[in-house]
Amino acid sequence: MLKIEGLTATVDGKPILKGIDLEIPSGEVHAVMGPNGSGKSTLAYVLAGREGYEVTGGSATWDGHDLLSMEPEERAAAGLFLAFQYPVELPGVGNATFLRTALNAIRRARGEPELDAMQFLKLARQRMRELSMPEDMLKRSVNVGFSGGEKKRNEILQLALLRPKLAVLDETDSGLDIDALRIVADGVNAMRGPDFAALVITHYQRLLDYIVPDRVHVLMNGRIVRSGGPELAKELESEGYAAIQARAA
Amino acid sequence: MNVVMHQVGAPGFLHRFEGLRDRLPGGRLPWLATLRAQAAEAFRAQGFPTRRVEAWKYTDLAPVAEAGFDEPLTPMDDAMDLPPAQAGARAVFVDGRFRADLSSLDGLPFEVSSVARHLDALEGRLGALARPGEEPMAALNTMLFEDGLLLDLPEGVEGGVLELLSLATASERPSAFHPRHLIRLAKGAKLTLIETATGPEGARYLHNPVFEVEVAEGAWLTHGRLQQEAPRAFQLSTIYATVAAGGTYDNFTLNAGGRLVRNEIHVTLTGPGAACHMNGAQLLAGDQHADTTTALDHAAPSCASRQTYKTVLMGRSRGVFQGKILVRQVAQKTDGYQMNQALLLSPEAEMDSKPQLEIYADDVKCSHGATVGELDAEQVFYLRSRGIPETQARAMLVQAFLHEAVEGVTDEALRRALDAAVEGWWARQEETLAA
Repeated sequence: MLKIEGLTATVDGKPILKGIDLEIPSGEVHAVMGPNGSGKSTLAYVLAGREGYEVTGGSATWDGHDLLSMEPEERAAAGLFLAFQYPVELPGVGNATFLRTALNAIRRARGEPELDAMQFLKLARQRMRELSMPEDMLKRSVNVGFSGGEKKRNEILQLALLRPKLAVLDETDSGLDIDALRIVADGVNAMRGPDFAALVITHYQRLLDYIVPDRVHVLMNGRIVRSGGPELAKELESEGYAAIQARAA
Repeated sequence: MNVVMHQVGAPGFLHRFEGLRDRLPGGRLPWLATLRAQAAEAFRAQGFPTRRVEAWKYTDLAPVAEAGFDEPLTPMDDAMDLPPAQAGARAVFVDGRFRADLSSLDGLPFEVSSVARHLDALEGRLGALARPGEEPMAALNTMLFEDGLLLDLPEGVEGGVLELLSLATASERPSAFHPRHLIRLAKGAKLTLIETATGPEGARYLHNPVFEVEVAEGAWLTHGRLQQEAPRAFQLSTIYATVAAGGTYDNFTLNAGGRLVRNEIHVTLTGPGAACHMNGAQLLAGDQHADTTTALDHAAPSCASRQTYKTVLMGRSRGVFQGKILVRQVAQKTDGYQMNQALLLSPEAEMDSKPQLEIYADDVKCSHGATVGELDAEQVFYLRSRGIPETQARAMLVQAFLHEAVEGVTDEALRRALDAAVEGWWARQEETLAA
């Protein structure tokens, strides 16, 4: 269970999150929707522990772990995964090396044996086939020269390999055509189960046609202003954020 | 009671030359006596260059000039502790002197020998490329060299891999040695030379080698240099190379050891289609100072040159890159590229770079670039968010930074040796950081 209570955070001294309360039980997928600048990405980065995002109040716990006091790598080891809105390019770091290093770091943390190069390749190739990714993406530098869709698929490949218990997907749908969107959604849906929770951050309802959430929350101006079932996403799509804002105000 | 005064710096070396000149190898050869006397004059005139000399603007030789050096007293009775071999064949020099007893040179398709033993046959060759009048360290070397590697690859010979191991020994007072290596590849010959320079932990010495390298038509020399001198040592090396039509001189230099190091390379491309690759990595920490200075002379048309240098700096280390590309009027269709990048891992580290293009031909392609930066916080976070601990994440990004310079090393033996040296350096830094 992810439990966020009264979470406030600033970026460059500017308040962005102004008191977030949110609970996601294991086995559920929740969507957070909101207009640009509402604090969606800040929420994702605060949960993952990025520098420069200062928590000024409140708490966030995952299965009893105090997430906010942990290093980013400790959060990952505890089962948290952030799919980046803008996956970072790492020139000179081979994708295979990156994926295997990450997987083995997580496996070490879980007390599982590390995979050697051959075992890793076998597993990676299988996951890549499931995501319709060409195999040469293993040989290239991480995200360098990848199209927008390839970068997002590479994030989902990491999700599929690392098998986190809590995934935060930060606008994973942005820049994807419909085929890529379907592949990405299939990747996420394949993870669903009683031991998996996800926070899907998105601007548009489109992604939620493919990853159907259990709950939808509307984030505006650093606060969750409405929560509801999947139908809330449809309402937003037809009425727009302005109407919600007017009603919430 | 007699008081022995040890003179220091340039006067100390000149004094030693006056006392030793007849006893130096080849002392009775008139041409060599003249060469040494001229070099001594050049060194007397220049001394150790100060930072007022343009070519030495960023590298202060005061620690060398202020130290007193003796002749190396190589202990002959102790068993030498040699590092593991990088390749099958190895020529070993201890304190600048060839040691046949420690070398393993059987089965090579060419002759490897010692300069000291063949001086009577080297008139006109030794000193053909070095310029003691312009480079004071070459003057010092010419004045006092005792020995060096003598390599001749006959036409068309595939020489395989040869390691040149330069080992220093520890002695009570600092010692200095000035090997003069002569390397010649005849038409179409090919060789990988892996040079390792090292010494025991506490040793203080000056290693001042000069290389004269001739690459004939269509020949290819891969010259890997792994500088891993003792932490308090000085290495000031000067390489002179000429490359004839269709030949290639491929130099990769790793500067990882030593207290104060200069790696100076002068290459002249003398025939059409000659090529030169100069790549390197400088890995610096603590109070280390390392300087890579290259001078590339495009003296013929349609030649290509590629230079990629990467410097990683920790602690209070200082790095220098000076790279000059001269394209003469005759050198039309020149294709020149130079890139020099530094990664500062400490706020107290410093990098100076000075690229310099001098172009007199009108139909050329020549580019250069230089960057100095820190590790990208976003990249570090991306790796950490995948569970990779911070030190490992930083190590991966440092390796990635070096990748572009290292990936040009295609020779397998050299690549292995280089990877091991880089990993060893990083492991030592992590130990230091953890301590």
